[in-house]
Amino acid sequence: MENIISLCDLSINKNGTVTEIKCKPKLKNRMSDLGLYEGAEVCPVMKSPFDDPRAYKVNDTLIALRNSDAKQIKVKPGD
Amino acid sequence: MRGKNRQTDYSVALAGNPNVGKSTIFNALTGLNRHTGNWTGKTVDCGFGIAKIGGKLFKLTDLPGTYSLNSFSEEERIAKDFLLNNNPDCVIITLNSNAIERNLSFALEVLALKKNAVVCLNLSDEAEKNGISIDSKKLSDLLGVPVIKTSAVKKDSLKKLKSVMREACEKSGHSESANDLDTAPSTDTRVLHILSRQICEKCVTKSDKRRVDERTARLDKILTSKATGIPIMLALFALLFWITAIGANYPSELLGTFFDFIKQKLYDLFELMNAPGFLTGILIDGIYTTLSWVVSVMLPPMAIFFPLFSLIEDSGYLPRIAFNLDKAYNKSGVHGKQSLTMAMGLGCNACGVTGCRIIESPKERLIAVLTNNIMPCNGRLPILIAIITIFFTGTAAGLLGSVKTALILLLVIVICVLITLLVSKVLSVCLKKESASGFLLELPPYRKPQFRKTLVRSILDRTIFVLGRAAAVAAPAGAVIWLFANIYIGDSSILKHCTDFFEPFGSFIGLDGVIVMAFILGFPANETVIPIMIMAYSASGVMSDFTSYSELSAMLSANNWSAITAVCMIIMTILHFPCSTTCLTIKKETGSLRQTLLSMLIPTALGIILCAITANIMRMFL
Repeated sequence: MENIISLCDLSINKNGTVTEIKCKPKLKNRMSDLGLYEGAEVCPVMKSPFDDPRAYKVNDTLIALRNSDAKQIKVKPGD
Repeated sequence: MRGKNRQTDYSVALAGNPNVGKSTIFNALTGLNRHTGNWTGKTVDCGFGIAKIGGKLFKLTDLPGTYSLNSFSEEERIAKDFLLNNNPDCVIITLNSNAIERNLSFALEVLALKKNAVVCLNLSDEAEKNGISIDSKKLSDLLGVPVIKTSAVKKDSLKKLKSVMREACEKSGHSESANDLDTAPSTDTRVLHILSRQICEKCVTKSDKRRVDERTARLDKILTSKATGIPIMLALFALLFWITAIGANYPSELLGTFFDFIKQKLYDLFELMNAPGFLTGILIDGIYTTLSWVVSVMLPPMAIFFPLFSLIEDSGYLPRIAFNLDKAYNKSGVHGKQSLTMAMGLGCNACGVTGCRIIESPKERLIAVLTNNIMPCNGRLPILIAIITIFFTGTAAGLLGSVKTALILLLVIVICVLITLLVSKVLSVCLKKESASGFLLELPPYRKPQFRKTLVRSILDRTIFVLGRAAAVAAPAGAVIWLFANIYIGDSSILKHCTDFFEPFGSFIGLDGVIVMAFILGFPANETVIPIMIMAYSASGVMSDFTSYSELSAMLSANNWSAITAVCMIIMTILHFPCSTTCLTIKKETGSLRQTLLSMLIPTALGIILCAITANIMRMFL
């Protein structure tokens, strides 16, 4: 079953694989530099005190992303 | 053409992702003290230094940390330009062994530009604790350049780096083709990622042991959670202010007594030499008094706050502040990274303004630059502490008093943050529309700061810096003020004419002519604001030595200071034009005189308006 969701909807500690990044090219490039590109494994690990932004484990590093940006990233949840 | 200058034999550049320890390696190689910190964007400009290894001189350039060389941001452009135009003999590519895959993409990108390189697997001890082991021999074969494991705190790894760097430089003299496009790897990020992953599969093994990550996760659970994140942040700053306030008391008193003693001796000496009154006046009453004030009252809080703040920087906590507070910044239409530049502003506004380079969107960066001065810097904190101590907690209140001082100071800083957010919001609405740059911030693992090294180094650094500035600014300011106070036009001094001129305006905004003058004359350095006030007040009659809070307190009340004056003084200390150094930095960073003037106008206008409102409302009730 192929269910693609937005990264901001992936629940904490669930793994996912990035399938599509719909951000503006500049931000997309920046994300790619930080290891967030199509095909990368990503896992939300915590929320900030006001629920936004959230921090994601990407490639052994911790990256903070605003939910509005994470919405533009589509992921396929893993097991 | 090779980018060497005549004095040095070789030129070497240090490149790498942000926060991988480039500056630490640079310091270790050159023996310099570049400031380091555990967060992305601590170093945003190039650093230069010389290292002498085996009789040869190496010119080292510490490039700003970048995630790639695509030239999207200012730092990337600087780094890429340097590698292409200055054509260093060798590049030391510093990688974070802990995030090897992502760091390798960057290494491959650099290698596409410069073949003569040394790869430095830094933070290797941390990676080992995290269960990541890298086969450096295999990696070296795959990349075709020497690879060494380093951990910046260990001496023998540096020794090895030095010899490998030397060999690489010597080799570069023979093979000139540094940029052979035919065999160079691609600079397409996608290709780089795939290549990097393939290389990692061959030479990196991971075990389940993740000690550093687990520690970071445990700490983050406390430091960024809904219930405890914000309270702990406030408590931490309260603690910081409390240590600063109480810790500064004792050295202040000691220094004050010492300077008074010397002053008496100087008076005796001048009398013995039959020195003319003018000389005694300008040298002792003018220069010496101002200098001793800056050193005894302003220096101790600065020399305590700054090192403590450096410890927090080293620990990796600052990016968490940005993470915790981003929502508020988002609502104000600015970037969460602005809280990093504001935190730096607490140390020094000029540093804070330079730090704004970490914000990519020009509009958000401009707002961060224009509002940075609202955070009171290290030079203004002692003014706030002095006023709060004298008027709101009492000079004899002891331990409990210092806690109260710290809490009031914390409240003042929180208000500063709120004002910054408000002004940012207004600016973001007023300035021309531009889409937000998106929030992407790396949260580094927590690291134990090197307490002794950081403390000793930054106390010394700060002391030397403040003393240097005191000599360059406070001494001349003292002389000028003394002259102003002692040259008479008609029946009163120039200073009196000036303060009289500002008096009506000053009293309208809850201050007086002297305070307004002090802020204007304190433009070169805010540390001199209180000494200038003292000079001006003592010239008008009361003569005494003012090296402690209680004496200052007596003098201020003798000059009609009330709670209203104190509150307005606090407002004005926070909200007035930046010091000359900061203004120059703003001019340099924005390249625009108009924006520099705007950065002076916004806080000053706000300060005057707020003071006038506060003073007139308080007068109705008091």
